[in-house]
Amino acid sequence: MSFVGLTRDEEQRMLREIGVASFEELLAAIPKQVLLERPPDLPGPLTEIELRRLLGRWSAENHAQDAVSFQGGGIYDHWIPAAVDALAGRSEFVTAYTPYQAEVAQGTLTAIFEFQSLIAELTGCDVANASMYDGATAMVEGALLARAQTGRKRVVVAGLVHPHYVGVLRTYLDDANVTQVADAAGLAAPADVTAALGPDVACVIYQQPNFFGLLEDPAALNGAAHGAGALAVAVCDPIALALIEPPGRAAADGSRGADLVVGEAQSLGNPMSFGGPLLGFFAAHQSLLRRMPGRLAAETVDKQGRRGFVLTLQTREQHIRREKATSNICTNQGLMALRATIHMGLLGREGMREVAELCVQKSHYAAELARRIPGYRLAHATPFFREFVLECPVEARGVVEAGLEFGVRPGINLGRFRPAWKDLLLVAVTEQRNAEEIARWAAALEKAGGAR
Amino acid sequence: MGYPDDVRYTPEHEWARLEKGIVTIGITSYATDQLGDVVFVEMPEVGRRLEAMKPFGVVEAVKTVSDLFAPVAGEVVEVNGALGDSPALVNQDPFGEGWIVRVKPANPADVQKLMSSADYEKHVEEQHA
Amino acid sequence: MSIERRLLIEQGGAGHRGPELPACDVPTRPLAELLPGVKLRGELRFPQVSEPEVVRHFIELSTLNHHVDRGFYPLGSCTMKYNPKINDELSGLPGFAKAHPLAGDAATQGCLRVMAAVQRVLADVTGFDAVTTQPAAGAHGELTGLLLIRAWHRSRGEGEKRRKVIVPDSAHGTNPASVSLCGWETVVIPSGEHATVSLEALDKVLDGSTAAVMLTVPNTLGLFEPQVLEVTRRAHAAGAQVYLDGANLNALVGLVRPGDLGFDVMHINVHKTFSTPHGGGGPGAGPVAVKEHLVPFLPAPVAVTRKDGSIRLDWERPQSIGRVHSFNGNFGILVRALAYILTLGPAGLRGVSRAAILNANYLMRRLARTYELPHPDPCMHEFVLSGRGLKKYGVKTLDVAKRLLDFGVHAPTVYFPLIVEEALMIEPTETETFDRLDHFASALEKIAAEARENPDILHEAPHDTPVSRLDEGRAARELKLRWGVP
Repeated sequence: MSFVGLTRDEEQRMLREIGVASFEELLAAIPKQVLLERPPDLPGPLTEIELRRLLGRWSAENHAQDAVSFQGGGIYDHWIPAAVDALAGRSEFVTAYTPYQAEVAQGTLTAIFEFQSLIAELTGCDVANASMYDGATAMVEGALLARAQTGRKRVVVAGLVHPHYVGVLRTYLDDANVTQVADAAGLAAPADVTAALGPDVACVIYQQPNFFGLLEDPAALNGAAHGAGALAVAVCDPIALALIEPPGRAAADGSRGADLVVGEAQSLGNPMSFGGPLLGFFAAHQSLLRRMPGRLAAETVDKQGRRGFVLTLQTREQHIRREKATSNICTNQGLMALRATIHMGLLGREGMREVAELCVQKSHYAAELARRIPGYRLAHATPFFREFVLECPVEARGVVEAGLEFGVRPGINLGRFRPAWKDLLLVAVTEQRNAEEIARWAAALEKAGGAR
Repeated sequence: MGYPDDVRYTPEHEWARLEKGIVTIGITSYATDQLGDVVFVEMPEVGRRLEAMKPFGVVEAVKTVSDLFAPVAGEVVEVNGALGDSPALVNQDPFGEGWIVRVKPANPADVQKLMSSADYEKHVEEQHA
Repeated sequence: MSIERRLLIEQGGAGHRGPELPACDVPTRPLAELLPGVKLRGELRFPQVSEPEVVRHFIELSTLNHHVDRGFYPLGSCTMKYNPKINDELSGLPGFAKAHPLAGDAATQGCLRVMAAVQRVLADVTGFDAVTTQPAAGAHGELTGLLLIRAWHRSRGEGEKRRKVIVPDSAHGTNPASVSLCGWETVVIPSGEHATVSLEALDKVLDGSTAAVMLTVPNTLGLFEPQVLEVTRRAHAAGAQVYLDGANLNALVGLVRPGDLGFDVMHINVHKTFSTPHGGGGPGAGPVAVKEHLVPFLPAPVAVTRKDGSIRLDWERPQSIGRVHSFNGNFGILVRALAYILTLGPAGLRGVSRAAILNANYLMRRLARTYELPHPDPCMHEFVLSGRGLKKYGVKTLDVAKRLLDFGVHAPTVYFPLIVEEALMIEPTETETFDRLDHFASALEKIAAEARENPDILHEAPHDTPVSRLDEGRAARELKLRWGVP
């Protein structure tokens, strides 16, 4: 079953209308030696019943639906209100295309405009685009924009930015153009950053909260970057932005905020889904608008003066500007941006703040519990938002394994990123975790630590 | 059609007018017809040195974008600030108020080497053939 | 302001709110104590709207969209085929939706099975040796492919001298844009007489500085490149690699394998060929398939099947170009693509390209009676008409496109490819029935008649859509890109 619209009889009729005796006549331009006589050897066909059985069995192998997640590291188990699936799952949104014919795409375009508005507000910037593939590529596009804007080539990464994000940056840029400034006790050190700067540096990139969950000092980092004529690129978590001062805004003393605020918005209404599809967001100051990658929806009117929305500044994009385009991005993460928009609409002003506050309260409560378990200590002393690092009395891998018995995934074994981190566990506690789950998590830690 | 005689033309549809040692540069009415409504003009900074027939800026319309090529080499002494708020001036008065930059030419005689309005008109006709 | 057309920020207000969160059931402490020295934000000027009203808002928006579940959507090179619903269900299974990418191989075997299966079936369909799932879209795949080619040249000591990519003038804009992102230079060659690659033009520019030749097959006019074997042979003889933009793979599935045509690497747009939904602009996925010699350079990790049948992620790839995505690519989309391929099976896939080609040729023959057809040879899955003939009535292809909207169908791609004047690029796909094709053709014929008899109805189109023609010039001048907050 291939959903094909033609029956065998209709095919014959069609061949007659086309004016050929056989389908093969239409393939005359193809060299005979490459025309397959039979299709490649592939599995299938499978019916729905068989597919449900097969993929159902595979999905169950993950045991993911049973275990309560304390895993973070860029992907989080946040609440997704029921209405998000109900609305975003509608075919009118799912099976629509990129809104090139605006008059029949006002649903998509209005939602994009709302997404842009919400992200601009959240980040403290003037303008946001319609989405990027993920936080990593959004960060990289930020670096590319800074290079184009300043004419400089080098990029400085301040402190603990997500190792996978830095990995993508190193793929896009030559290694010689990426300088990583090591953290000091988990935080980016502005003095060290300043020492790494020079007239060849296009931007300073920092993450807020950083990979270890710690809160950085954006004003100091922005200042360091600007002092050297570089742009400041803040890679932010959107949940945290509901509570902490947005780095895009000018500081209290009037000094310039971050020029670009980018990041990963999977936390806003999108499932973890093994790390994809995700949702990169990209926000900037007005002066950088024309260099921004990605699509932009703008407000306008129709012939009757009714408000409507269209894609604009498409002249920057690949389909018009071609080799001089700001980026090569075409397909983005549109449906995930819609989900995030619905999510932000449902949570609203109060809900967004409450989620952020619950994350702070619950993660700090869990950290307190862990601190009292023999053998465990908090790796850092500075403020964190929703995630923290625990030094474990055994390898973190062992703690992760111990969690299964208690029905929890206790955190991420940081040893997978660096051998020196093998005793470190990265723990995330979202608003979804309750006291009972946290108690089970603590029990798993105790068991693993051999304290029982 | 007839194009103004007091300027010289490039094959890329820019015009240049030499007055008192300064060359004023813009794009022709043919170019604006092809582009449609201009929404933005990206102009070089004052002081920048332009090379002949190399791109020095961009003219942006809704669905198209076009590089601007310098008719002559020289140093930018003035840009048309009015185009920031009113890019439509380029469409409304391409040879007058819609001018884009003024340069001090490396060699004023270069302007005469560009096409006359008659030659430009022929060039435009050939493009359409 | 109509009650239905308000934005979220224009509705509700203080006191309205959406669904509640549970009260905090752990002891709380003041934020100032937990976050000492951290500057908290003042206001978050977000909407305050109740759940029923948020739902009404988005339901209203949904009624304003044309979508392929509703009607014909013949956008060229976009392959707007039916999106099977079983795919969405399977991708949303809790075991997949709740899987965390850093949970470790043992805890995510189900996901790894999907990854390994996707890698294998995509390689088999296209005739390559290995696949990476990381690229999140076609353009992302293009960049990945070019980076793989660059790594290969560097491994042979030719990284510095090979910095140019040859691209035909009919190529999609992402091709030269991807070349620029790689830090290389695009060399455009003019298409030959039949809008296919001219070997003469190729020979003029192919030399020791060529890193790659980038082709789309069939090309953006829906024509197979009859010389493709010779093109790939010459490119290889000159020491260059050949990249296939897989946007038009729907014409080839089950019929021709791009690997057999001499290509070294390609990207696959699963949101085109393999039915994953377009979502209003994304997400898609652009997995990249490579021949053996490029395998060492693939982004890490790669899913590898052990002898005991379990799957692990292989991170030991010292020559890898590195990551291109924060995790393993758009996993949830790849589940859908896998389900689709499994649903079809080998004969089903072959039936897809067959019907896609038949539908396109049928429409082309019929519409050639009314519109100018620049290239009358049989097409593959798409074809290009020119609206040039209507210029004498003062009607442009844009007007034709807008008027089509009044007939309940989406306009085809317009003004692309650039090498055809007033282009209309039409790809019906295989899931359209006879009556849908006839309805579309009748609409276009009627529009041609209107151009003669009543061109104003075209200039003012669309008439029957939720909004009439929108002022794009005003949008570009005023640049209102976010709502103002009251």
